[in-house]
Amino acid sequence: MSSVASAKADIAVVGRRPPSRSFWNNVGRRLLRDPVTMFCAALILAIVLAAIFAPHIAPSDPYRTSMARRLLPVGSPGYLLGTDELGRDILSRLIYGTRLSLIMGMSPVVIATLVGGILGVVAGYAGGLKNMIIMRVIDVFYAFPSVLLAVALAGVLGAGLGNTIFSLVLVFVPSLARVAESITIQIRGQDYVEAALATGASDWRVVRDHVIPNVTGPIISYASSLISVSIVLASGLSFLGLGITPPEPEWGLMLNALRQAIYVAPLNAVLPGIMIFVTSMCFNLMSEGLRAAMDVKQ
Amino acid sequence: MFIYTLRRILYTIPIAIGVSIVCFALIHISAGDPLSSVLPEGASPEMIAQVREAYGFDQPLVVQYLRWLALVVQGDFGVSIVNRRPVLGEVMAAVANTLILGSVAVLLGFIVGTALGILAGYTAGTGKDKVVTAVAISGVSIPHYWLGIVLVIVFAVNLNLLPATGMGGSASNGFSFDWDSISYMILPAVTLAVIPGSIIARSVRGTVADVRKQEFVQTLAAKGLSRGRIFVHVMRNALPSVLAIMGLQLAQLLGGSILVETVFAWPGTGFLLNNAIFSRDLPILQGTILTLALIFVAVNLVVDIVQAMFDPRIKRA
Repeated sequence: MSSVASAKADIAVVGRRPPSRSFWNNVGRRLLRDPVTMFCAALILAIVLAAIFAPHIAPSDPYRTSMARRLLPVGSPGYLLGTDELGRDILSRLIYGTRLSLIMGMSPVVIATLVGGILGVVAGYAGGLKNMIIMRVIDVFYAFPSVLLAVALAGVLGAGLGNTIFSLVLVFVPSLARVAESITIQIRGQDYVEAALATGASDWRVVRDHVIPNVTGPIISYASSLISVSIVLASGLSFLGLGITPPEPEWGLMLNALRQAIYVAPLNAVLPGIMIFVTSMCFNLMSEGLRAAMDVKQ
Repeated sequence: MFIYTLRRILYTIPIAIGVSIVCFALIHISAGDPLSSVLPEGASPEMIAQVREAYGFDQPLVVQYLRWLALVVQGDFGVSIVNRRPVLGEVMAAVANTLILGSVAVLLGFIVGTALGILAGYTAGTGKDKVVTAVAISGVSIPHYWLGIVLVIVFAVNLNLLPATGMGGSASNGFSFDWDSISYMILPAVTLAVIPGSIIARSVRGTVADVRKQEFVQTLAAKGLSRGRIFVHVMRNALPSVLAIMGLQLAQLLGGSILVETVFAWPGTGFLLNNAIFSRDLPILQGTILTLALIFVAVNLVVDIVQAMFDPRIKRA
């Protein structure tokens, strides 16, 4: 009730205001009432906890090989999900694998959101020549098919965690910058921004108080949809041998190694992909839930 | 329309130049000396200098770029370091193989995706709609390289119905539409069709549900038009965006099928690129990326123009 009253007061004073704190409170409340999003959030939380406490949960050492125990089937005593081509416990490797797979999936999106957001806001607010230079360079990277760009960069830079993250950041920055730029231009043209500037507010103050709060929602909504893409793509790079290098446990890399064994132990080969699928699916559904919760029209 | 088309083409030229600069730069940011794959082990400093000069690597970068660009424009992409064959021929053969696979996959995705999207759009809010939406979200979340492996396990290893990898006899003498060739294509095409199919299903569902809510549809119904005629009106509104998605997805697949082509050993651009990366065949790498990116730029251009033809509102933007 009070939030409605204050929202009305806001409208009366300044017209379209940036989303207030109560907007995010409402989004949070709607998310809590969405069973699908909550279920996915719980699953992701479980995966994150598995990543943090991997040494305590994993039944055995994910690096210990044994030629005698190679490719034991799923359900073998002591090796619940079987062993891989070098006799390592698959369950332990999947648990440890959450670490690299989550880092490789999430950090490119976080970094790209910051970089793309800043570039977009600067380009949109500054306009003119600065806008042209920033956005035309972004257009060039946007002109590459995303998987091709990631593979090409990772291919020439060489395998490794840092290079994989860098390649994926470069893939995601263009679209995020475009989102931030178009919203910033919209806000820049609003009367209340002109009014703020006319009353002597600095550019930084306008950006901080009006642009950033307005850009945050759409860019977070869009970025959340990229996490699932990033997880599949990052594991895909490892799958091609362009991401994480052996013997580190990572789902994409495990999938590639076990792929050679589909005639002997098909079920073992399927397991790492299920982890990628479930994680990516959860992030996708959470992103859907977030978008629905942020849609005020509903 | 002519002005719009012209403006759109002019806008594409700087993008294409930018793309060529990035492709040129790729070689120079690559780990290690680009000459290392050409030079024999323990080459003398004089020999290194000689080869450096022969390849033009002693010139300033701008001169190197312009020389390279001049050759590329004439269709000379250099020769492969591994087998000394011209890059252009290798790339074109691979593009043809990927194009046929990608086209079949996008067509399959279009048929299945549109059907599911219409079903969901017409039953919005019901159980059927929820099932289709769930399938479509799974489709965009799934690691398609893994799906490929699962399909191989089921249909090639367990059921022994279809070949697991390769392109059969048509790898050497072009694709022919007999059962042997088609059987090699089924699994990779289905795998590749999942993402565009899911995207199309969601888009069609959204558009159909939106259009059906609009007043003109109610007016048509009130006028006494049959459901079939109304369906035609609804689809006419949904189709332009679906066609645009199809075009863009086909272009994405040309560059993005590398994972699936690796799983199925399909001799297309992705497979070529993968081999080029691991044999450090930089001319092939550069030529493949440049070709695919330029095709992507061209498809984007065509999609924009065709969409503007269908929807006059775009031109004014």
